[in-house]
Amino acid sequence: MRAHLDRDLKNLKKEILLMGGMVEDVTSKAIRAFRERNIELAEEVMAGDDVIDNKELEVEDKVLKMLALHTPVANDLRYVISILKVNNDLERIGDLALHIADRAKYLAQHPPIALPARFDEMADLVLTSVRRSLQALVDQDAEMAFDIIITDDKIDSLHWETYRELLRRMTEGDEDIDLAFHTISMVRHLERIGDHAGNIAEDVYFMVEGEVIRHKVECGEREDN
Amino acid sequence: MEEKNDVPDDTVQEPVLKHRIQVADGPDSEAENFDSLPSKLVVKDLCFFYGKHQVLFDNNIEIKENRVTAIIGPSGCGKSTHIRVYNRIYELYREQRATGEIIMDGSNLLSRSVDIMELRKNVGMIFQKPTPFPMTIYDNVAYGLRLHYRMSRSDLNDRVEKALHGAALWDEVKDNLNKSGLALSGGQQQRLCIARAIATEPDVILMDEPASALDPVATSKIEELIGILRKDYTICLVTHNMQQAARVSDYTAFFYEGHIIEFSLTRQLFTKPAKKQTEDYITGRFG
Repeated sequence: MRAHLDRDLKNLKKEILLMGGMVEDVTSKAIRAFRERNIELAEEVMAGDDVIDNKELEVEDKVLKMLALHTPVANDLRYVISILKVNNDLERIGDLALHIADRAKYLAQHPPIALPARFDEMADLVLTSVRRSLQALVDQDAEMAFDIIITDDKIDSLHWETYRELLRRMTEGDEDIDLAFHTISMVRHLERIGDHAGNIAEDVYFMVEGEVIRHKVECGEREDN
Repeated sequence: MEEKNDVPDDTVQEPVLKHRIQVADGPDSEAENFDSLPSKLVVKDLCFFYGKHQVLFDNNIEIKENRVTAIIGPSGCGKSTHIRVYNRIYELYREQRATGEIIMDGSNLLSRSVDIMELRKNVGMIFQKPTPFPMTIYDNVAYGLRLHYRMSRSDLNDRVEKALHGAALWDEVKDNLNKSGLALSGGQQQRLCIARAIATEPDVILMDEPASALDPVATSKIEELIGILRKDYTICLVTHNMQQAARVSDYTAFFYEGHIIEFSLTRQLFTKPAKKQTEDYITGRFG
């Protein structure tokens, strides 16, 4: 029985990491398509979404089978449940990468607008969060997971700075409204990817520590028991 | 992670856990609740010997009133031996002895002054294999009542009916009360034994793998029944079936080689056990 569970857990890990790699790749390509105004790359990202969607269904199916056949408990249960949730977040990141690619394609077909000053910093931080959340999953590293969760505040801060800059340029008449809106929307998708990376980190933390920290992390006060 | 739509404060502050949840070693994680619940049995330093061979070592546990406490552990770890001490059924066998204390309602059940008949009326027991007496269904349930009480025929009828209702068996046997208890199915026989046990209105019901000889449907009925009985009785359940323990019990104790390794809220023990030995056992890594 235990051997069968171990075999299935190993397979599940392989599948989720494969999916993680695919999602990381499309996120990176979507951002590059925007930066480089690369229509071909944007279309490549958009075409690959079905593969991620199918992989999500495959992982979900494996998890359901494991729950039904092995009724895992303790660390095994936390692992399987976390994978189910990570799977969902990865699929959402894949969707958001597709939306970014869609905006990138549209923007590439129009005259360029100046990138917001801190866009590169934000994009790098989001990509790093995605990569590190997967690394934390592989290494079962709760400390790294916690670090990713708190990084989300920085991403949110950069998002709002970028948003305000684009809004200011629009209201001052320096920017084409339509193109600026598309850029704002694209940046918003990027920020959401950061949120999902944070979700993955929260699930990794639960998996390792058995402690739910969702909605419990914030800057400022410290209320350790 | 929630989306934030408000403009963030530029001040950099140290991010921390707002509310850290402490997951303690056992029921202490809900110390207030656990401590505020009345204890039906308080077991102190219980040791047990088969002749010179010691099989239980300083067992300390509190069995909470109107709660289901499951006892799990590998074969031979002392689960059944432990609960057999609660009604001193081990005294039927020579050279078996227990030391320590089991306090119920202020008195030590291991004391010589305890009336054994009264004790076994108050602490009923259900075994792995159904043990109906070779007599009618009615007489099976009435047996203990006749032994302990003098009552009119109509009162006896009422108590038998009440016990059969309590064991969720009445609807199935009400027209055949004069039929032999041995003619019932395995699951029905086990519920008949439960009816016999609850007829004398005990405080505690000990169940030693009550469903392990039953099919899944009969098992399900017994598990449902445990959930119902919990309202009126304190239940100790020894089981090899960990899913069963997880489903029906409030607290779980993990035994290994005569020691209580971990005792905690069932939901905690099955999601985040405090001891590695417990985790290894419930996840099938040993046992």
